[in-house]
This record gives sequence, structure tokens and C-alpha cells, in this order.
Amino acid sequence: MPSNAPLGTPTKVTQGSPTKGGIGESTLRPDGTLKVTGEFAYSSDMWHEDMLWGQILRSTVAHAEIVSIDTVEALKTPGVYAVMTYDDLPTDVKNYGLEIRDTPVLAHGKVRHHGEPVAIVAADHPETARRAAAKIKVEYRELPVITDESSATAPDAILIHEGRDDHHIGHVPHPNIVHRQPIVRGDVASARERADFIVKGEYTFGMQDQAFLGPESGLAVPAEDGGVDLYIATQWLHSDLKQIAPVLGLPEDKVRMTLSGVGGAFGGREDLSMQIHACLLALRTGKPVKIVYNRFESFFGHVHRHPAKLYYEHGATKDGKLTHLKARIVLDGGAYASASPAVVGNASSLGAGPYVVEDVDIEAIALYTNNPPCGAMRGFGAVQACFAYEAQMDKLADEVGMDRVAFRQLNAMEQGTLMPTGQVVDSPAPVAELLRRVQAMPMPPEQQWLTAGEAADVRQLPGGLSNTTHGEGVVRGVGYAVGIKNVGFSEGFDDYSTAKVRLEVVGGEPVAVVHTAMAEVGQGGVTVHAQIARTELGVTQVTIHPADTQVGSAGSTSASRQTYVTGGAVKNSCELVREKVLELGRRKFGTYHPAWATAELLLEGGKVVTDGGEVLAHLADVLEGETVEIEAEWRHRPTEAFDLHTGQGFGHVQYTFAAHRAVVEVDTELGLVKVIELACAQDVGKALNPLSVVGQIQGGTTQGLGVAVMEEIIVDPKTAKVRNPSFTDYLIPTILDTPTIPVDVLELADDHAPYGLRGIGEAPTLSSTPAVLAAIRNATGLELNRTPVRPEHLTGT
Amino acid sequence: MRVNFTVNGRPQDADDVWEGESLLYVLRERMGLPGSKNACEQGECGSCTVRLDGVPVCSCLVAAGQAEGRDVVTVEGLADFAKQRAEHGGCAAGACGTSLQDAQQWQARGTDSQTGEGTQLAPIQQAFIDAGAVQCGFCTPGLLVAADEMLERTPNPTDADIREALSGNLCRCTGYEKIMDAVRLAAARQGEAV
Amino acid sequence: MDFLRPASWEEALAAKAEHPTAVPIAGGTDVMVEINFDHRRPEYLLDLTRVADLYEWEVGEENVRLGASVPYTQIMENLRPELPGLALASHTVASPQIRNRGGVGGNLGTASPAGDAHPALLAAGAEVEAESVRGTRLIPIDAFYTGVKRNALAPDELIRAVHVKKADGPQQYSKVGTRNAMVIAVCAFGLALHPETRTVRTGIGSAAPTPVRAKTAEEFLNAALDEGGFWDNGKVITPSVAKQFADLCAAACNPIDDVRGTASYRRHAVGIMARRTLTWTWESYRGTAARSEGVA
Repeated sequence: MPSNAPLGTPTKVTQGSPTKGGIGESTLRPDGTLKVTGEFAYSSDMWHEDMLWGQILRSTVAHAEIVSIDTVEALKTPGVYAVMTYDDLPTDVKNYGLEIRDTPVLAHGKVRHHGEPVAIVAADHPETARRAAAKIKVEYRELPVITDESSATAPDAILIHEGRDDHHIGHVPHPNIVHRQPIVRGDVASARERADFIVKGEYTFGMQDQAFLGPESGLAVPAEDGGVDLYIATQWLHSDLKQIAPVLGLPEDKVRMTLSGVGGAFGGREDLSMQIHACLLALRTGKPVKIVYNRFESFFGHVHRHPAKLYYEHGATKDGKLTHLKARIVLDGGAYASASPAVVGNASSLGAGPYVVEDVDIEAIALYTNNPPCGAMRGFGAVQACFAYEAQMDKLADEVGMDRVAFRQLNAMEQGTLMPTGQVVDSPAPVAELLRRVQAMPMPPEQQWLTAGEAADVRQLPGGLSNTTHGEGVVRGVGYAVGIKNVGFSEGFDDYSTAKVRLEVVGGEPVAVVHTAMAEVGQGGVTVHAQIARTELGVTQVTIHPADTQVGSAGSTSASRQTYVTGGAVKNSCELVREKVLELGRRKFGTYHPAWATAELLLEGGKVVTDGGEVLAHLADVLEGETVEIEAEWRHRPTEAFDLHTGQGFGHVQYTFAAHRAVVEVDTELGLVKVIELACAQDVGKALNPLSVVGQIQGGTTQGLGVAVMEEIIVDPKTAKVRNPSFTDYLIPTILDTPTIPVDVLELADDHAPYGLRGIGEAPTLSSTPAVLAAIRNATGLELNRTPVRPEHLTGT
Repeated sequence: MRVNFTVNGRPQDADDVWEGESLLYVLRERMGLPGSKNACEQGECGSCTVRLDGVPVCSCLVAAGQAEGRDVVTVEGLADFAKQRAEHGGCAAGACGTSLQDAQQWQARGTDSQTGEGTQLAPIQQAFIDAGAVQCGFCTPGLLVAADEMLERTPNPTDADIREALSGNLCRCTGYEKIMDAVRLAAARQGEAV
Repeated sequence: MDFLRPASWEEALAAKAEHPTAVPIAGGTDVMVEINFDHRRPEYLLDLTRVADLYEWEVGEENVRLGASVPYTQIMENLRPELPGLALASHTVASPQIRNRGGVGGNLGTASPAGDAHPALLAAGAEVEAESVRGTRLIPIDAFYTGVKRNALAPDELIRAVHVKKADGPQQYSKVGTRNAMVIAVCAFGLALHPETRTVRTGIGSAAPTPVRAKTAEEFLNAALDEGGFWDNGKVITPSVAKQFADLCAAACNPIDDVRGTASYRRHAVGIMARRTLTWTWESYRGTAARSEGVA
């Protein structure tokens, strides 16, 4: 391990604040009332006098040269205000991208995937805009499509991106590989000699969609100063801003972004969608422009979860100890890089799972292909790996002849374990305990479809309302899985957040205002920020300022990081405000009571108190007319990049763990599955809002269930075209597909993190999928090496 | 074309409606009632659920012209609708609902920390807040309209009844558990109130 | 686009005669999706929701005359004794919201092989009442489906009602989808026992270019039931008969591979559903017979 691995600074843990509504309580969402009355303004709800509607024309083929684009007829359409193509882009910056700026704002000379934006239209009615877009004539000269590893890396393969000059090109074996990360530790060849059992498997993970319910949308309003105001649903305002402003040729302070209501994200709003298009049309026409994707377009408008092929070999001794792991993970990044490099980093560095295995040789790559671009989705990289290593654990346990849970517990990592990257796991890693807890939960009753009368309750059976079985062919199965996910941005990224906190007295009452650029996408960050401010400042009333770019960056609402990082920033700014308030107090009242100078002072219940509980002053009297305001950045301890050849390095700031037990009932004749129960145990460090924590775990669990049994974007391998871009054929679980999800929450503090908390959003999405697959295997005896599993896989048809 | 119908107890009209427009579009873009959500436009998600002459329907699948002369209740009118039902056993014509002017105020409001204070909510709305059934909230309006109607028909639903009644409403955030809790809570409170 | 709003059936027929390209719309389940997704821009939309006749049903001696727009919810709640197969099929349609508005007329008008009502109508025995200003005719359900999303209606005709034989025996309906609710059929199967005529009828959905009956399977089963005296003795159907029937039903399919399922799975699943629904209906028949006639 690197000798210079930084040690974290433990943060003071404030437990059990006496101020009502502080951390640890299940306070209710501040936006709850607006959301249940229909008044909460989502990005698609924005409306402006005289606004126009934007429409995007997308490529109908996956890979082609653009011979010509003819916009004449479209421009003649009454009601059309603007039609723009690549040639109309105002500056030399014509691409964008999260890390690699390889994505054209509008296609130039070539399209690289089905549904790539080619032209944009603004008109006075969405139907006018659609009709005009349909009149744009694009002539394509089709190229062969690259759809998998062998076609991407063939010696004569067409390069998806010619002339790459990004920082990965130097270390990838082929220009159609975005990034490659090996993780090598110990000596796999000699460790293999010690193995009594060797298990090999080849696994396939299908392309999942975030399927957030609120499609991409926003409103761009041109301003008198030549700038533009953008109301938008995103995961990271400042990252968007850095990509938008250069394309528009505007300084960043002239692109003012305000977060609108976000209808879910799950990674799918990390990349830009319609942001630049709306701004371009608004600036071109001088009118506000609204763009709202429909569901069809949404499937083309954001990146998906990387589909993957995973080749795994594990060894174990007779007594069940893992000897080695050799793995190769091939992720399909599609036509543009998006978050592929980070996905590669996660898949490789977390590819061994939460297990002790000393001799490791893992390689992960992401391909450039003509498939739909893939990037961030909840648990990225770690999700695909978990599916494979958990299948391997079951097979190995069976080979060794051990109970599957006991086998995992025997090999489970714990605090102090070395990761394959050489990093010490330096906070609790209760892997064995999480498994013990899900195993100890009571089992759901058998045959719940039986009723008092003659008829079976089909709602409790596989097939549900479709009335396919009354119990015939139904077999129960049980499966377990556990996973490991990193929290926050890794590999040396400067991961920080900013919080502006103001304390003032309004109408005799102290009020705190918390202003960050954190994207509230439903996770409840706004709830938690108010709780932190109450705990730290001892006030009841907290106002959460709308998120915008008038305050510093909060980083992305992703990587399970916002409660940790922006929560940490709010805590830090509150502490700084508190210091200033106490300073004011000392100046005004210090002479009246010796405790001002000697005791540890706190803010509680609107008062300055000693740590012994003695009241020194009311906040109202300390502040009088003054306002104390602090804007400050806060960062977690730094990480470092993985070595490009060995993958060694202090790459991750925190790890998080969850385990699932799945109970399923399978109609073995028809291959239909009903998940009966999906129990989860997770260590959250500290539950700042227990109700929200459980809600996150249940939601993540359900997305894992979806990709186990139904969710997959199907791409035609011959044309690279998407075959099911609709909610009719891309199915996500309904309430009748979703089981009861009992949750057991552990709170083992991570001393490096604010309040000891652990990021929670992603871990439950990891182990849910392999647990369901394990349960289906248990019911059917089938090997099932791909997910989602479909009826034809279960019936051999 | 011109379309007239009653929304949340008030007569409304819209001019220059394109014949292919849905009721959902007219509510959202022409009447300042964006509470009903557009998430799939193909009847697969239930986010746009409204009551059309009392019956829950996907407003994305109702042609605007089909709403002519009909009575529509949206999430914006749900609190008043529930109140009228509790007081009179139904919504007296023209007596309930939010004014258009009030309904359009949504734009001005930001997020603050006032939770449920001072706003009259239907029992199902309060239960969704209390049970933690709201995350991103995009599915919430449709679920509320559907759940409210289910409790009107079936005051003491079993879990299977709730799941069946809400099987046309997709939620991507919650895993539905807290939604189940919310409907159970509303049913229990409804039982206590009787 | 023009929006036509006939207030009566006569006005609707006149409008359709004047504008044969007009697309009828009632529940909107198919038509609005096509408009929302820019797949279709009809010259005229013919709104049928104001035609009250279409929302009514009459239960006669032999048949139920079911108005084309009677919502599936109403069929489930009001016509289960008379039309048990169709009521079961109605319960599998999409979501409660869709069932509240959609009706059999829409399924027939679209004539998608995946329409949920078709197998139940085929099994029960039905006739489609088509009408134009030229007159009324009854089209036997077997002759109604003429191709993928094509039917026997003339351009000026509208569907007034469907006449479905009242059940004289048990009926069942099963549909395979990859979700436990709100799902389009991968394939579906309807079965009706007709003790009065001592026949069975079947219907298969989503496993051929049109909804079809498994006629060879029906003939086989009719003969087997007859030969074994099953209608009278009420014995359990032998597994070999059930298997042969299931295999023949599977053989009646002519399915395709698509995003919803493979052709071979569809064949397989239709066979399983045929066997199960035969068991369910026959057990029900035996139970009823046992109660009413004392047959063991």
C-alpha cells in the first residue's frame, strides 16, 4: 500500500441534539406539501409568456456519414422561428462531455449512435416544431456498426473517434477502448496452485435504463445582458455550466442556472441533455424556449447503465478460503465516453467484492461502440461486478460443500482488510454481520395465494393478474448476496461542496437560511440540510434556498455522496457561523458571565448554552439586527489515482455495504417470477433521517429487482438500433411486482465522515440483483449467467 | 378548436386547441394546472391520472375534445374534492376547486421548510407526506388521485387490494413500500374519523 | 386534423360515411398513443364518447349484446356470470385507469394480435355488429380478423356492439407477460366449455399474425371427450388427452420473435396455458356437475 495514504481528520460527532427537528429524527420533507398538491414546479412545468417549444431531430441510423442536411422546408413552416444545425453553432467549442469532450452538440459529418441530435427547431407549438423537424432532409451514407468487443478491437475496425487526444489514449490497447484499468496484487499464478477448487464463469449484464419518471426538460430565457437564464433538472448545476457556457460563447456568469423540480435522476442526469439546445434556440430567437422530451425521446436523451461481459475465475481451498481471483470486465460505453472512465475504475477496484482475497488480477475496459452511450447509473461499475462475483460465491460454496452464507462470512472483509488496490479499509466493514442479519429475519409465509374460498388469489402468484397459474409449477427459492460500493468521487478527484449559511433574527425568532447548489432529485438532501442546520445552530426555523449557480459548486448528486459532502459542507459552514455568533456574544456579553470565556459553548433551542446546559443568552439578543453569513467550501480527505499498471492506490474515500436475502416464487413451467420478499441489511454509519434512509434502501432494492427480472434496453446487434424505447416494452416494476422489503439498519460510525455517516443511495442496488438471481437459481436449478432473466431462459425455449 | 369543461369545480375554456392535443396538455399548458404529470404519454405510468366524471383515467389518453362538457378533478383540486366529499358526500357543482388564479401561483413558490402548515390537504395527501411516500414526487399526483378514489370505493383495503388498485401507477424512487404505508395510514385515519 | 363530435349513433354513421378516413376514438388507448408519439396524423378524429348507445349492454336469452365502448371495468363488475372468459380477459387489460375507459370496440377496431379481448371472444363465440349508413351486418368473430392489425370492416363501417354467446359452461383466460400487472401479452389463451353443444372453443392471442382458434385441438378434444363419455361421467381428463390438446394448441401458433418474447417460448407457453385452463375449466365443470347432478 502507498506509504503516504492520507489519514482522515475525525469530525466531532454531535449526538442527540435537543433542538427539535435535528439529525437522527425522521423529519418530513420541506417540499412535501408542494409535491402532494401539484404545486411543486418541475422543469417540465415551467411556463413563460411568448415561449417557444424546441424540438430535436435525431438520427435514424446508428453509424453514418452525413452527406447533406436540408432545412429549407422546415424553415418555411409557419410558426417556426429557428432551425439550427452544426453550422449554426456560435463558437469553436462544439463538443461537450463530463470528462472527455467527445460529444457533439449537434452531429458534425457523422452520427455515431441511433438517436444522436442532428438539428434543432423552435416553434410556437410543439406540434408545429415536430412537423417542421420532420421536414428536415438528412441524407446518410451508412457505415458498418461496431457493437461488441470483437468488432471494436478488430485490426481494421473503423475508429469511432478519429484523432483522440484525451488523457486515456496513451494507455489503452486500441483507440476504440475508452479506458483500461488493471488491478494486480500478489501472484495469481502461484495462488492458483494452492486452490483445491476453481470456478470459472462468464456473465452478461443487460443495458438498464434509469427510467426516471420526469423526462428531460427545461426552459431557457434570454436575458437583456446577452446572457441566458436556464431552469433545469440536473444532478450537478456547475458541471453543466462548465460544459454549456463555452459552446454558447458566454462567460459563466452570464449563464445563470436555477434548479427546477427534478423528477428522479439515478445517474441519468449527470450528462447534458437538452440544456445547450434550449439555450442556443433562446439566444437565436430572442425568446424563451422550452424543451420537454417525451418518453420515446428520453430513451435516446440520456446515457444508460453499461451492459457488461464479465469473465471470472476464483479459487478456494478445501476449508473454504479464497485463494485468488482473475477477472476481466468488458463494459460497453457506446458512442461517447460519458462516465465510462470512472465506471471502469469502480468495476476494477471493487471487482473482488467485499471479500478477503490476496492474489488478484483484474482488468476492466470500456469500449467505444455504436451502441447507445452509457454512463452513470446508481452503483455504476460496482453493480455489474457484484452480479458476477456473487454468482461465483454461490458456485464456489457449492464446490467446497459449504453453506452459501457461511462461505461468504468466512471470506468476508472487515475493518483493516486490504483492498486489491492496497488500500486499507479503515472504517467498519460489517459484511459478515449484515449477512447474519438478513439470514436471521423471519421467512415470509408459504403459499400466500391460498384463500379461504376455492379460488387462488392470483395477485400473490407469478403472472399476477394475468391468471397464468393457480399454484401449478410454482417453486420457492431463496438467495443471498452482499456488495461493496465506494462513496463520493474517487481516484484523486478534487471532491468538494460549498454551503452558504446565514443566521438572522426575523420577527424575534432566529432563522437559518441554507443555500447550496445541491441538486435535490428526490433523495431528501433538502430535508437533511435543514436537520443539520437545526442541530448545529440550535434554531427551529430553517429555510432551504433554491439551488442555483449563485453559490459555489456542490458537486454531483451521485456516488452516494451528497449527505456526506454537501451535508459536510453545511455542517462546516454552520460551525463557522456558530463561531462568529459566539464571538459576537463574547464581545457583547462576555463580561457578564465567566462561562463565555471558559466553557465549551453550544447553540440550542435559540439560545447560547454551556455544555452543562446553562443558558447564557438568547440568540435574538446576541444577533440583534446583525446577520451572520458564511459561504465556505468543504472537502473530504483526498484520494489518489490508481496506478495505471497495477491499480494500486488510495482510490476511495469511503466504502459502503449492504446485503440482501431474496425469496422468490417461480412458475417453473412458464418461467414467470414473483419476488415474495427482498430483505435488506445495510450499515449507514449514522441515519440522519431514518425514514429517508429506509426509503432510499427500498427504492434502490427495487431498481435491482427490475434489472434481475425485466428491465433491459434491447439493441439490435445488426443495426445498433434501440428496439424498445417505450414504457410498453421497457418494463419497470409495478407495485404488484414489488415485494415487501424489510430493512435492518446498522449504524456503525465512520470516524472520518460527518456525524459518522456513510453514503447510502447505491449499495442496496448492488446486492438486490444477484440475490434475486440466486433465489431463482435455487428454485429452478438453472445456472442463469445473465441478467435480466427472461421467461425463455427459465424454460429453455 | 374551443374546448369547455369543468376543472376542480370551475368552468374553464381553452381556445385554439389543436385537435390532437390531449386533456393532459390542455390542463398543463393552457389552464395553468401542471400538477398532472407527463411521464410516458402512453397510459403506462399513471402520472397523469385525473378523474373524468368521477372515474380515474389517464389524461394523456383523453383527446382534449373528448373532455368537452365533462367534469375533471386534478391533484390541484383533490383537497377541496375530499373536503366536499367529507362534508356533503360529493362535490357540489361549481362549489369546490381552486381558482385559476390560485392554481397559477405555483410558479412563484420555491422550496421552504414549511411542512403542511396552513395548507388544507386531503387525508391521502397528508398520509403521503407523513409516511415518507414522496421522494422525487413526479408519480405522486397520479398516485394520490388513484389512491383517493380507491379508498372512496374500498374503505378497508387489503394489501393485495391496494397493490391491484395502484398497479397502473409507476414509481421509480420508493420501491412502493412507503406508498403502501401511506395508503394503509390514510385508510386507518379514515376509519378512525368515521 | 378535424375533430368530429357526433351526438348520436346516426350522426356517427353519417360522419363516417362522409369521411371514411376518419379514425374512431373512444377510450383513446391506441389512438392517443399513436398521436402522442407522432405515429399517426389522421385527417379526422371521430369521437364516439358522446354516443350513449355504445356504453350500454343487453343480456338476452342466448347472447349478450355488448356496446362497443362498455369499459372493461364494467364488464368485470357486471358481466362475469354471462361472460366469464371476457371478464377474466378484461381484468388483464393494462391498468385500472385504462380499464375504466377502454372497451372491446377498440380492441376489435385496432385488431392487434395482442389485443386482450380477442381470445376470449373467439372461445366464447361472438359476432361483431358492424353498421354503416348502408345497413347493419353481423360478422362472425372467426371472419373478423383479416391480417396484422386488419379487420373485416368496410371504410364506412363502425362497430356498434359485439354479440357474445352467454356462457353455458366454465370459461378461462390466461395471458403471459413479463410483468405481474400492466403488461402487453407475450401470448394469451382463452378456453370455453360449451356443455350444451358438447364442444370446446379456444382462442390464441399474440402468437400468430391474427388472433386464431386452435381448431385441430378443439376437434381432437371434442372427439376425446365424446369418446370417453366425459361430458356425462364427469371423470378427470386423462393427462395424455390434456397433453395432446396442449401440443395441438401450441402447434396452432405461428409466432414471431420480437422484443417481448421468442417464437419458441410463445409456442411453449400457449401449450402450458392450454393444459392449465383445460384443467381449471374441466374441474369447474365437474364440480358444477357434481353439485347439480350428483356425478362423482
